[in-house]
Amino acid sequence: MALIISEEQKMLKESAAELLKIKSPVNSLRDLRDQNYIPYDKSLWNEMVEMGWTALIIPENFNGLNFGYVGLGQILEETGKNLCKSPLISSCLLSSSVINLCDNEVLKAREFPLIMNGTKTMTLAIEENSYHKPYDFRTRAKLEGGNYIINGLKTFVIDGSTSNEIILVTEIAEGEIGFFIINREQKGIEIKNNILLDSGTYSDIKFNDVIVPKENRMNIKINGKELLKDILAIAYSGIASEMLGIIVESFDITVSYLKERQQFGVPIGSYQALQHRASKMFSEIQLCKSIVIKSLQSIDYGDKERYKYSHLAKAKLGKTIKLVTNEAIQMHGGIGVTDDADIGFYMKRARVLQQLFGDYNFHLDKLATLNKY
Amino acid sequence: MKSKTDVSLTDFRKETRAWLEENCPMSMRKPIKVANDFYWGGRNPKFSSEDQKIWFERMLEKKWIVPYWDIKYGGGGLSQDQNNILTQEMSRLGCRKPIYSFGISMLGPALLEFASEEQKMKYLPDIVEGKIWWCQGYSEPNAGSDLAGLQTKAVDKGDYFEVTGSKVWTSYADKSDYIFCLVRTDFESSKHNGISFLLIDMTYDGVSTRPIKLISGKSPFCETFFDSVNVPKENLVGKLNEGWTIAKYLLTHERQMIGGIGETDIKKKLHQIALENLPLIKGKLVDGILRNEISNFEMDEEIFDLTIQRVTDEAKTGNNSGALSSFFKYYATELNMSREELILALSGSDGLVFEKNYKSDGNLARKFCRSKGNSIEGGTSEIQLNIISKRILGLPS
Ligand SMILES: Cc1cc2nc3c(=O)[nH]c(=O)nc-3n(C[C@H](O)[C@H](O)[C@H](O)COP(=O)(O)OP(=O)(O)OC[C@H]3O[C@@H](n4cnc5c(N)ncnc54)[C@H](O)[C@@H]3O)c2cc1C
Repeated sequence: MALIISEEQKMLKESAAELLKIKSPVNSLRDLRDQNYIPYDKSLWNEMVEMGWTALIIPENFNGLNFGYVGLGQILEETGKNLCKSPLISSCLLSSSVINLCDNEVLKAREFPLIMNGTKTMTLAIEENSYHKPYDFRTRAKLEGGNYIINGLKTFVIDGSTSNEIILVTEIAEGEIGFFIINREQKGIEIKNNILLDSGTYSDIKFNDVIVPKENRMNIKINGKELLKDILAIAYSGIASEMLGIIVESFDITVSYLKERQQFGVPIGSYQALQHRASKMFSEIQLCKSIVIKSLQSIDYGDKERYKYSHLAKAKLGKTIKLVTNEAIQMHGGIGVTDDADIGFYMKRARVLQQLFGDYNFHLDKLATLNKY
Repeated sequence: MKSKTDVSLTDFRKETRAWLEENCPMSMRKPIKVANDFYWGGRNPKFSSEDQKIWFERMLEKKWIVPYWDIKYGGGGLSQDQNNILTQEMSRLGCRKPIYSFGISMLGPALLEFASEEQKMKYLPDIVEGKIWWCQGYSEPNAGSDLAGLQTKAVDKGDYFEVTGSKVWTSYADKSDYIFCLVRTDFESSKHNGISFLLIDMTYDGVSTRPIKLISGKSPFCETFFDSVNVPKENLVGKLNEGWTIAKYLLTHERQMIGGIGETDIKKKLHQIALENLPLIKGKLVDGILRNEISNFEMDEEIFDLTIQRVTDEAKTGNNSGALSSFFKYYATELNMSREELILALSGSDGLVFEKNYKSDGNLARKFCRSKGNSIEGGTSEIQLNIISKRILGLPS
């Protein structure tokens, strides 16, 4: 498999870049934040729906576009460049993937059309700790009669404040993991919203004896642990794609600034101390590009090494995004730490993405474990 | 539906795989350990084992010593796609290169681009057959990073040039048959404009070498002296005083080689070495920090290999930004140096033994010392970073 995107994927990427450049300049993030805070711009979301982005990974037999994760990754990279807020990650990358990979066919037929036409958004409630610890469940789902009774607390739920449905994953019995789709209006659900560093809304969701009908269990015969493993690989790779956009854009902004800003009568970019640091970042970015496309492709092609590639992607991007956003601010000098400059927004979003689904040390640990040392 | 070329490439891959499996001796698929594992050819060729000889001869017969050169120059005439497949299949088995040669990796590409047809016919087939061992006469005592400041002079004496001066750090000069050399032919014009590219037989009168000992204790490179050496005019490649263009072109190939592009031998995994040396508790290395460093290193190593693949794939679609060879050179050498540092760290005092060679992976301490040259040879890391910032990022001088 050549490590390049196809013509079709390139066109998709370009159309996304065009739309977001006009409709979602970085400055619009300030408006969302400062003028009657809203988590994301609904009218822009509607345009994304019209562009077909909600149908990208949905199979053709459900009228989806079946464009795969390389396709969705191109969109996420572009949203990263523009720091665009939307439920793409919660609803399209995570929730649609769960529905797609599970074996509840009734659910697919019912929910896919609603996701695709924008009627509904969904999110995945997975974390129970303030660190990524995906297999550590204290939430309980107990089968009583025809229903599951769910108790527990989920945290760091992306777009929990706006999603219509919550997909909850937890342990049912020793070693048995279940995915459940639960309406946010269900009795016993308490949602507490937190605005984080990136101006995004993330929720703590408490489940108090929430009654979930058996039909809402998403994995029927499919092993929940395997399913979770695949969802995590998708999450790591998809989020790495958005991180790539942030890295590339904040680097480009910084290189332009190095050429523009004059001190001592010369552009600051003529100083070798800064040039070498820029060249090192350029080099790390070359690696980032390679692992992001590789990990996305490995998911699309069902490569058995996809888990490894997704850890590599999240680790490498996590490490590089820290380097690049920090250098970006430093190379801007005083203006870099002001709210007037855009560059700070990239750093803020970067830190959230670094934590989301595990920082680089988490993934380096997993990689070592995969190699049995 | 698969196109015709796809089908023929699939067949080519199958045949290639089968041929390599049948013809590459098992010992030629093992990681390189000691200097003897490289075969360099030359007028007095020395094979270090029967397998090395068999491997070279079989590849020569198959015309896969330089598979991508034109058949008339002794190459295999393979297309870029076929050559990529061959490289991939050799990597899959970990096949060593049948011969290591600056003729193939550096001089050949420059001759193909700048030499006359006569010169190509004279030199290229000998490179393929490993008959001539070439060395590189670029650096001088006062011209290292600032290569264009070189002073070795070639004076026009009618039907020959008289060459006087000295080169330094010339790898394998004492073993080589020929040197490709940068010489100054015009002392009046600016430093980049008076340089010419000359081929000099090391047996010509007035050429001498003196080995220099490295911190590794070995002497792979030399000082090279030219004392009024008469060099026939026909040994000039390209136009007089226009050698700098050739010099730079050759350097991009040198950097790609050092950057590991086209490499096929397999390096032992670092964590494998760790597992042989260090205890585990609950399946994890006891030293958590070292474990993290190894994981971080292997991450970069694996992704760097993917990057070679990605850029090769992009180049095929015509999407290539030339100066990338500096990135590959820079990153590959920094990686290799981290690798050697880590190997030393996880081998404990065993890895420090200098005089004996009792580790199965070769003499680690000497290899470690040798790796310090990686970020210097072929243009230092700093020079590569300069090139990236000027030529790729467009930062001002
Ligand atoms: C193992 C080995 C094998 C070699 N083989 C060959 C060979 O076969 N043939 C051949 O011709 N040469 C060979 N070389 C020589 C090599 O190309 C030079 O050593 C190299 O170009 C650096 O030159 P120098 O040693 O004079 O260092 P210098 O140029 O003196 O550099 C000293 C330090 O200053 C830094 N520096 C210099 N200029 C700048 C700048 N503009 N900006 C920032 N930093 C700068 C350098 O990066 C370095 O850190 C070999 C070298 C080694 C180590």
